[in-house]
Amino acid sequence: MIEFDEMDRKLLHALTQDATQSAGALGRRFGLSQPAAWRRIKRLHESGAIKGRRLRLNAEALGFGVTVFLGVKLARKGQVSLEDFERAVSAIPEVQTVEHVLGLYDYRLRIVARDLADFERVLRRRIMTLPGAGDVEANVLLSEERLPGPIGVSTAPGPESPNGASSARR
Amino acid sequence: MLDDIDRRILRYLQADPSLSTSELAERCRITSGVCWRRIEKMEANGIIQGQEAVIDWTALGYAVEVSLRVTLDKTQARAFDEFTAQARQVPEVIEIQTFLGRVDVRLSVIARDMSHYQQIYRDRILTLPHIADIEALMHIARVKRDEALPV
Repeated sequence: MIEFDEMDRKLLHALTQDATQSAGALGRRFGLSQPAAWRRIKRLHESGAIKGRRLRLNAEALGFGVTVFLGVKLARKGQVSLEDFERAVSAIPEVQTVEHVLGLYDYRLRIVARDLADFERVLRRRIMTLPGAGDVEANVLLSEERLPGPIGVSTAPGPESPNGASSARR
Repeated sequence: MLDDIDRRILRYLQADPSLSTSELAERCRITSGVCWRRIEKMEANGIIQGQEAVIDWTALGYAVEVSLRVTLDKTQARAFDEFTAQARQVPEVIEIQTFLGRVDVRLSVIARDMSHYQQIYRDRILTLPHIADIEALMHIARVKRDEALPV
């Protein structure tokens, strides 16, 4: 792990808000020359601190009205291969994220659907038929906010609608 | 409404947001001009909201990530508001979600190591107001993380 200073944190925070900003624009904003800003951004990428970009879409405008978090417990542990389960669950288009967790559940899935009826279809036809899927617990997302974390000073905004707009205000 | 070309653009752009307009146009088998106009339009009507850098907290020294599932004391009318307002003040909280279901609120908390986590949990989390019950899920691995929409 390499050390990051205050300027790196500012650049990181700015890039989580808008990843398309140029080194020149960021440099002007934070009082760095274009090459100095460029070198720092390059280092953030190379060190793995920035692992990529994500396109921010308005899920609701695209017809995805429901986001559900599903805790999944595997049945018959030891008999099912985790790799098989992970491969199969990752291949489901409605499943946005798959996290392997330790605790009450084995996996935590983020699922988008058009509405609750569509979610039920995904759950019955695609999730419950997975190799090894056991107990599930569904929680429907009402609101979501992403905070800058230790790299920024929280501006404490209010909650927003669950889909799409969620991360617009980092 | 979106047509097949728009959906194709969104699919390729979600898979790799750093693509240039001409690279994207080539993959979608359309001209750069068409591609550029379609993106402009989807940005103007709020379908495309922007691009964000994705941070790897592990590379920044935060090796531990815990999902805290919190049930609130709903006899308190302002439980949700007061809980979330104070949770926002904890720097290590990177996500706050509210739910309809057995869990009321979920916090994503990051920490440098287990002893750092224990300190945050005791000093900053358990002191949050109106907690009726709290359960922890420790992250082992993120298997899929693209958050792509199946457009």
